[in-house]
Amino acid sequence: MELYLIIILVLMILGSIYSLNATDLLSAVISYGIVGFGLVIAFLLLQAPDLAIVQVVVEVATLIIMIAAIKNTQSKIPKMEFKPKIAVYYAITLIAALVFILIFDRATGCLSQFGADTMRMAQPYIDGAQHTKSANLVTGVVLDFRAYDTLGEATVLFTAVIGVLTILRIKGKKDN
Amino acid sequence: MIIYILCFILFLVGLYGVVSKRNLIKIIIGIAIMEYSINLFLIMIGYIEGGTAPIITKGFEHAKFVDPLPQAMILTSIVIGLATTALLLAVAIRLYQKYGTFDINKIKDLKG
Repeated sequence: MELYLIIILVLMILGSIYSLNATDLLSAVISYGIVGFGLVIAFLLLQAPDLAIVQVVVEVATLIIMIAAIKNTQSKIPKMEFKPKIAVYYAITLIAALVFILIFDRATGCLSQFGADTMRMAQPYIDGAQHTKSANLVTGVVLDFRAYDTLGEATVLFTAVIGVLTILRIKGKKDN
Repeated sequence: MIIYILCFILFLVGLYGVVSKRNLIKIIIGIAIMEYSINLFLIMIGYIEGGTAPIITKGFEHAKFVDPLPQAMILTSIVIGLATTALLLAVAIRLYQKYGTFDINKIKDLKG
């Protein structure tokens, strides 16, 4: 179980590194798809089927929007020529990443182990599940206990859609 | 705890993309990768060894469930992530229409 997750995470990391270093924008977007669909499998392994379904839909939509953004564009990226200065930058980046990882390791030391049996907050939601009449506890939380949260989410979503329509509108205010 | 660290390495890869890449599409990809890694990390905290998906079916009324609360929160977060990514891509499309390039250095030079 944990081994499968590690394999998928390594695949996701490799996909993201290739995606950021690709010289062609289309292959960058497609290898970004590796990260999203790897996340779907990780959600399924972590017993979160609702999230896996939502992630599939979101990932497909994101890929379609990205390909719509880069189609008809000149999508070749000039490759950076290697200079000795760049090696120094890579070394600094690696050292900074190592420091970040060490700090993160110390910071997650206070968390419980992966897979430990700790229900910190959710026990009242599970006990109150029969009041919501919902078989799925996740939708019970989203649509019943925390319905105002979901309302706020819908507000954010519609605001973003209005923003996209405003930005992409061809007709603007007439210049005087 | 190797699994948490791998998740954080994914976050750092996204951060590297945001900081060091000059192409707008790659910056957006970096932001999306950071978002995914944080979603995955929070779901991992809610996982319980041997737990089943939090759906009550016949015969599983009192089974051991994984934590449903992070899953509900991340469900919200994923959808909002799609909205922000779409907004960023809309800005990128407009910038390409105006300047004819995704390179942020060239866009900066053309200012004014």
